[in-house]
Amino acid sequence: MKILAAFILVLVLAAIPYAGIQYAGMTTVFGIIIPYAAVIIFIVGVVYRIVKWARSPVPFRITTTCGQEKSLPWIKQNKLDNPSGTAGVVGRMALEILCFRSLFRNTRSELRDGPRLSYGSTVWLWLAAIAFHWSFLVILIRHFRLFSQPVPHFINVLENVDGFLQIGIPTLYITDILLLAAVLYLLLRRIALPQIRYISLIADYFPLFVIFGIGLSGVLMRYFYRVNVIGVKELVMGLIAFKPHVPPDIGTLFYIHLFLIATLFAYFPFSKLMHMGGVFLSPTRNLANNNRMVRHINPWNYPVHVHTYAEYEDEFRDKMKSVGLPVEKE
Amino acid sequence: MAEELKKDALVQIDYKPPKKGWMDTPVEFRHGTYIYPARAKNLKYLDLPNPREWSPTDEDWKLPENWKEIVINGMKERLDKYRSFKVYMDICVRCGACADKCQFFIGGGDPKNMPVLRAELIRSVYRGNFTAAGKILGRVNGARKLTTDVIKEWFYYFYQCTECRRCSVFCPYGIDTAEITMMGRELLTLLGVNVNWVIEPVANCYRTGNHLGIQPHALMDMFEMMLDDIKDRTGIKIEPTFNRKGAEILFITPSADYFAEPGMYTCMGYLMLFHELGLDYTWSTYASEGGNFGLFTSHEMIKRLNAKMYAEAKRLGVKWILGGECGHMWRVVHQYMGTLNGPADFLEEPVSPITGTKFENAKSTKMVHIAEFTADLIKNNKLRLDPGRNDKLRVTFHDSCNPARAMGIFEEPRYIIKNVCNNFFEMPENTTREQTFCCGGGAGLGTDEMMEMRMRGGMPRANAVQYVHDKHDVNRLTCMCAIDRATLTTLMEYWVPDVKVTGIHELVANALVMKGEKERIVDIRGEPLKEEKGGDNV
Amino acid sequence: MYNSGKIIIGLVLFIGLVTTPIWFNIGKADVKPDPSLNTPVIQQMKVKHCIESKQFMIDNHMRLLYDWRYAVVRDNMTIYKSTTGQYFTMSLETTCFHCHSNEKQFCNQCHTYANIQPYCWECHVKPAQESANGH
Repeated sequence: MKILAAFILVLVLAAIPYAGIQYAGMTTVFGIIIPYAAVIIFIVGVVYRIVKWARSPVPFRITTTCGQEKSLPWIKQNKLDNPSGTAGVVGRMALEILCFRSLFRNTRSELRDGPRLSYGSTVWLWLAAIAFHWSFLVILIRHFRLFSQPVPHFINVLENVDGFLQIGIPTLYITDILLLAAVLYLLLRRIALPQIRYISLIADYFPLFVIFGIGLSGVLMRYFYRVNVIGVKELVMGLIAFKPHVPPDIGTLFYIHLFLIATLFAYFPFSKLMHMGGVFLSPTRNLANNNRMVRHINPWNYPVHVHTYAEYEDEFRDKMKSVGLPVEKE
Repeated sequence: MAEELKKDALVQIDYKPPKKGWMDTPVEFRHGTYIYPARAKNLKYLDLPNPREWSPTDEDWKLPENWKEIVINGMKERLDKYRSFKVYMDICVRCGACADKCQFFIGGGDPKNMPVLRAELIRSVYRGNFTAAGKILGRVNGARKLTTDVIKEWFYYFYQCTECRRCSVFCPYGIDTAEITMMGRELLTLLGVNVNWVIEPVANCYRTGNHLGIQPHALMDMFEMMLDDIKDRTGIKIEPTFNRKGAEILFITPSADYFAEPGMYTCMGYLMLFHELGLDYTWSTYASEGGNFGLFTSHEMIKRLNAKMYAEAKRLGVKWILGGECGHMWRVVHQYMGTLNGPADFLEEPVSPITGTKFENAKSTKMVHIAEFTADLIKNNKLRLDPGRNDKLRVTFHDSCNPARAMGIFEEPRYIIKNVCNNFFEMPENTTREQTFCCGGGAGLGTDEMMEMRMRGGMPRANAVQYVHDKHDVNRLTCMCAIDRATLTTLMEYWVPDVKVTGIHELVANALVMKGEKERIVDIRGEPLKEEKGGDNV
Repeated sequence: MYNSGKIIIGLVLFIGLVTTPIWFNIGKADVKPDPSLNTPVIQQMKVKHCIESKQFMIDNHMRLLYDWRYAVVRDNMTIYKSTTGQYFTMSLETTCFHCHSNEKQFCNQCHTYANIQPYCWECHVKPAQESANGH
């Protein structure tokens, strides 16, 4: 049900620019107004969300330690999985953000007869996640060719690496295939595994469909139904120079692509996609495990009622004296 | 009680979630899966809200009239105070990597025991009350209304989580279910929805200094008993001191260590070790609890109970504090004590008086873990050890959740164990160190009325023990946690009856060659050191 | 503990990255592509018409050349029959460059603008006129 709802929602979203361009010729709305609005919502929204998180303090240092602590000098510390200083934390965060270290640990438990539990390492989720995120990033960077004039050299390098197979015309990019395959895997996994389906919300299917739609429209534009790429670049360059104008005859497919991207950008700050910023702020990962070495300050640490020794002794003085325990007051 | 549960039935686990969505599946209180509520007198003693007598199976939980307002305001306050809570409410992508990492899900199959769903129990209310999209879209966006059914669900599932943090190891964003559970329990505490197994120890600890409510004279009796046993087994009369001002070190360990078997044997180990070293240390009857069930109640309660440690160290004028084998105690000492009740500037940076080693990793909090202390002694050849005395034991080691995932103290205990016994076998790697499984009874779940959930939650641990028992004939499960020593004992009796549970310093006590000791023919439990050879007892 | 300093640096980096296209292009002239048909051969043509319609060529010249290459190299076919029934030799150098002898003013105009790097020149020789023009 939720899957269908998300799917239909994305279909409707794709139909909006189609109708708007095809029948109403609203190129200014879809080519200029909506992209501007989406980017503004994206930037303001993301900053707002992160500032909102940042306004809450981190009262305790609750590092999750995944390796040997720093203790006695002859015991080898695991500096990446249990960092005790800034360098280690930077390393740990880099591994987490660039390589999805924690997800790489993933195991799958299985209950067999006996009962016998077994835990096998499983890398599929990690692999799909890595393929998805890195492909997305590479594709995003590749798009810089439409956002710059002259195009910086590293974009060419990236394109050459990505297209090194030199299949077809225009050259097939490996990341295009990887992105679509990974999104499809993540989607099918969510649908096929009963437990994952059980926990999934529309908000979990929706971004997958949107991103698949973006990827698909992009691939169709590039490899099958050509759009006027010169016109696309003229539009983009006009937007970023704040001299927007819409060149004629770009092709409706492009507007669908653009509208879905705008949807993703505008949706981003209000959704789980904020994990992009949140992963940097997770206290179990971004803090050094040096709790007993350096005191962590809690800004709202307030005084509490305690049961003092005097109160304790007052209640138990006679009993303490009877067994020879020293007391403060006779 | 445990015997009534049929093992065969217990392992018939259906991991398939029900057809109906989880929001439409209300909680059902079944005997053996929930804990009895806190008695009114205990809440009253602690000045906690809404003391009353009630039962989870009642339709009406006698919540305060404005309970919704209390919960929403409580959430708002905590969202503003804890970045962890706020961020973890927002960033979960429900990838499901955590699902089969929770021992309660593995052993029970209830989908709401998947960490992701446990958190969604609270996230759904968060979305409905604190996010624009949730307010507008409602259930479409995974939001739901706060009803009494939600409170019942929270009570049920936040007391089926042992705050072990295993899921946090696997989460790509490090989302820590312990944080979620702690917030859930704090909110429930605001309504007077607590469990007695937690609140009674808290009240006891507040009053008498220890969870078990042992008063000072009774505590002395217990030590007399242990000291007599030590004399009986080693011929040495030990005379420890209590509440002594001017001692160099204050020693604090969980009260369970001197209250009952098998913790007592570990406690006897400490006594013998310190005696042999001639350590200038003292026990305290006021700070006679290492553990802190405040951790299972609220952050405020952590502070209220933990305050005794520094207060007593200051009153007695010791230089630093040494802490015994305990799990959640060390989560508090390591991650909360310095922040909440520090700075401990009246203490000195800990230095071992025996080896001269500076414990630099404890220079701020000024409290050293006994495993660090003893490993350092052994490394510096300060102990005469005869590991052969543990030869009848075939030992494995259970990393306790908190020392593992809140400290990362892995090598120290293993180093000690390998030096005091000859037969040590590791459990499979996905069940040890940072991936260790909980005993099933941590975070205040270790009570008898919870037996079914405990046996389920403990199954992954028991299963790994079974593995080394079958493969290496392991007959002793070592751990450095007082809750473990109690709960694993029950767990082993149920799943792997041939395996007994022990603390590390019990093994040390067996192996420790003491000056002036008589020939040891029995171990610290009073059982023969060597297995008797003879006819088969069939 | 708020770590506001680090978070502010992070936010500035974020905004900087997202707005890269804006500041990257500040002060750079936005030269639109203007492919030139001004070559001696074209000028002499009475009917200025490529082998297919202009729009077809804009959209599909890459596809056409790709197909030509395949036909010539793999299938040994060298003659192309256009939709208007004319016959052409399938050759970049002798057919295309015969008229479009101005690579820089013709091909590169759009290719540079859209950052397309055709690998024609890995095998083919660029039109001779280029060097003669001293570009």
